Amino acid sequence: MTRSRHLATAATAAATAALALAGCASEAAPGAAPAISGDVVVFAAASLTESFTRIGKDFEAAHPGVKVTFNFAGSSALAQQINQGAPADVFASASPVNMKQVGDAGGVAGQAVTFARNRLEIAVPSGNPAKITGLADLGRAENKIALCAEQVPCGAAAKKVFEAAGVTAAPDTLEQDVKAVLTKVRLGEVDAALVYQTDVQAAGGEVQGIEFPEADEAINDYPIAALAKARNAAPARAFVDYVLSDRGRAVLTAAGFDGP
Amino acid sequence: MNRRLPLVLGVPAVLGLAFLVVPLAGLLVRAPWSSLPSQLVSSGMGQALRLSLLCASLATVLCLVLGVPLAWLLARGGVPGRGLLRALVTVPLVLPPVVGGVALLLVLGRRGLVGRQLDAWLGVSLPFTTAGVVVAEAFVAMPFLVISVEGALRAADSRYEEAAATLGASRWLTFRRVTLPMVAPGVVAGTVLCWARALGEFGATITFAGNFPGETTTMPLAVYLALETDPDAAIVLSLVLLAVSVVVLASLRDRWIGGVT
Repeated sequence: MTRSRHLATAATAAATAALALAGCASEAAPGAAPAISGDVVVFAAASLTESFTRIGKDFEAAHPGVKVTFNFAGSSALAQQINQGAPADVFASASPVNMKQVGDAGGVAGQAVTFARNRLEIAVPSGNPAKITGLADLGRAENKIALCAEQVPCGAAAKKVFEAAGVTAAPDTLEQDVKAVLTKVRLGEVDAALVYQTDVQAAGGEVQGIEFPEADEAINDYPIAALAKARNAAPARAFVDYVLSDRGRAVLTAAGFDGP
Repeated sequence: MNRRLPLVLGVPAVLGLAFLVVPLAGLLVRAPWSSLPSQLVSSGMGQALRLSLLCASLATVLCLVLGVPLAWLLARGGVPGRGLLRALVTVPLVLPPVVGGVALLLVLGRRGLVGRQLDAWLGVSLPFTTAGVVVAEAFVAMPFLVISVEGALRAADSRYEEAAATLGASRWLTFRRVTLPMVAPGVVAGTVLCWARALGEFGATITFAGNFPGETTTMPLAVYLALETDPDAAIVLSLVLLAVSVVVLASLRDRWIGGVT
């Protein structure tokens, strides 16, 4: 199935407008949220780049005095950085596995909560030059294929769908995060790749998405948690709550995420 | 005469030394010595190491073939706008390697300016191949060779070349028999630097050539990916890379550069 760029753009615009209205309403209500201030450093999976940047802006608008800084990368790299003492206040992972690595090291404050789900889609350069139709085409050696490395969540998910489909993947490169994979598709360097449906949507018209049934076998849960070592516990907690709120969810839905 | 080192120089000098050496010592301290043998045989180490050595050496050859003439052009060619040319040559030296990788992708990629022609006419596509790794490494490492050889050429006495010319030697003969032997130490030093830089190359390689075991996964890429799931394996890989570079540099230094530097 080919996604229409216009539809996606329209959906995003509508969601943004709704959010802007919601934001005004909440600011008008006195004492709706306790005044918080300070910086929040959010470590988030690469696939959250667009949606969390949007949510961060909305959150800052709703809480003047709070500044949100993001570090987007592969979830496993982020978990590693947090466990090594990187100054993070919130962690949003593309997989419970990486959240567990942080939790096992005593890094999570309270409980991690699943806030979104994502599924894989085949991404091809616009026009689909290699005439890719399904997962079986990603097992053909003559096609240039990019996948995530197995160490990162999108790579682990890719492994599952290939197993479910009984296809032996023939990748030409195993990238360190999903955005690096997407870039190779955008530049037309590969004929096809497995990325999240949200990445296909974020790439707009440069990339076409092809859904496939085996994607059901590897739905990624995205957990989020405030971290035990957060220097600013209150705004960190508030950011997590904001992501889980209806406003946060609307942005995630507009970006193509499924609800938890 | 007071032969003691003045404190104002001595203290920062010792700090500087510690700054460079302590992280390497940390690698040795944290190394999983008990599981080292099993780590060495597993984790695709041999493959990555072989590929690293092969690619760095091929990249160095490529740099020599193209870089020595380029250095000669800059030092002796008498071309106009030499300052600008030299600045252009050193750009990859200061450019973040990832940016270099992106630039290579845009030019030599399948849809790149030059890459498109290569693909259409010869069916050659460089990204995601071992040849792509060599190209990425050569791009980043060549300035080291060029700068080093050019410096040697400019320091060398050009009157020997003039003498050779007055005796009837052609420019090519002069270059081969007079110039090159004169600057040989500079060429060797540049070659070693170039090789070491190519061996450690990461950013341009992963951006342009991607990452696939046995094809494009060199040691630095293997270290980076291992760090995400198995830090012990990453430390072992780093140690091996460190040991290889130290051995190669030390052996070359004794044999070739000892007298020069």
